[in-house]
Amino acid sequence: MYRIVGDPIQPSEFEGIARGSDGAVVTFFGIVRDRADDGRPVTSLWYEAYESMAVAEFAAIADEARLRFGDSVRVAVVHRVGEVNVGEISVAVFAAAPHRAAAFDACRYAIDQVKLRAPIWKKESYADGGGVWRATSAVD
Amino acid sequence: MQIRVVAFARLRELLEVPELRLELRGGASANDAWTLLARERPALAAERRSTRVALNGRIVSFDASLAEGDELALLPPVGGG
Repeated sequence: MYRIVGDPIQPSEFEGIARGSDGAVVTFFGIVRDRADDGRPVTSLWYEAYESMAVAEFAAIADEARLRFGDSVRVAVVHRVGEVNVGEISVAVFAAAPHRAAAFDACRYAIDQVKLRAPIWKKESYADGGGVWRATSAVD
Repeated sequence: MQIRVVAFARLRELLEVPELRLELRGGASANDAWTLLARERPALAAERRSTRVALNGRIVSFDASLAEGDELALLPPVGGG
């Protein structure tokens, strides 16, 4: 499952995805924080995506995760676009595998790569007005 | 020939539209398209170094040749997650 969505992502999004052979499921939610890295109060983030390319990139990242961590690893990625308020989920990554090590590794790999490579952008809107486009940095 | 240009984030704001059609001579490159766009929008010049381009969904160099009907995407540094 590789998706760009406009509606809120629910934590229950991935229920039922695990198969009988999966002994571990690791889920990551990226949540909109109330402060920027420089401490400015943030009211919301605006996300936009080059959707067709982003979805293809999610699939490529999932393929890489299988190559790295095992054929039985499966990864799903859902990223929201439009205005996302503080406390809401902006991105969700799901990794399932027979054992926990591969599931943790695949989930970590996928979210890191999504942030580095997927054609998705975010603009921070500040409580005191204005906004800035933020590129991925090492601490994100 | 005519191509479609799509732009995102800061580049979309500078273009003032999310997409536009561009008329180019045959054999023009992505760089030719950029130069034409930047001629009318001087603020784009400062973005050139950090911009990547994708042709029909694949990252290419600015030297890539364009063809009729291509979709050229202008991608600023990404920031998903």
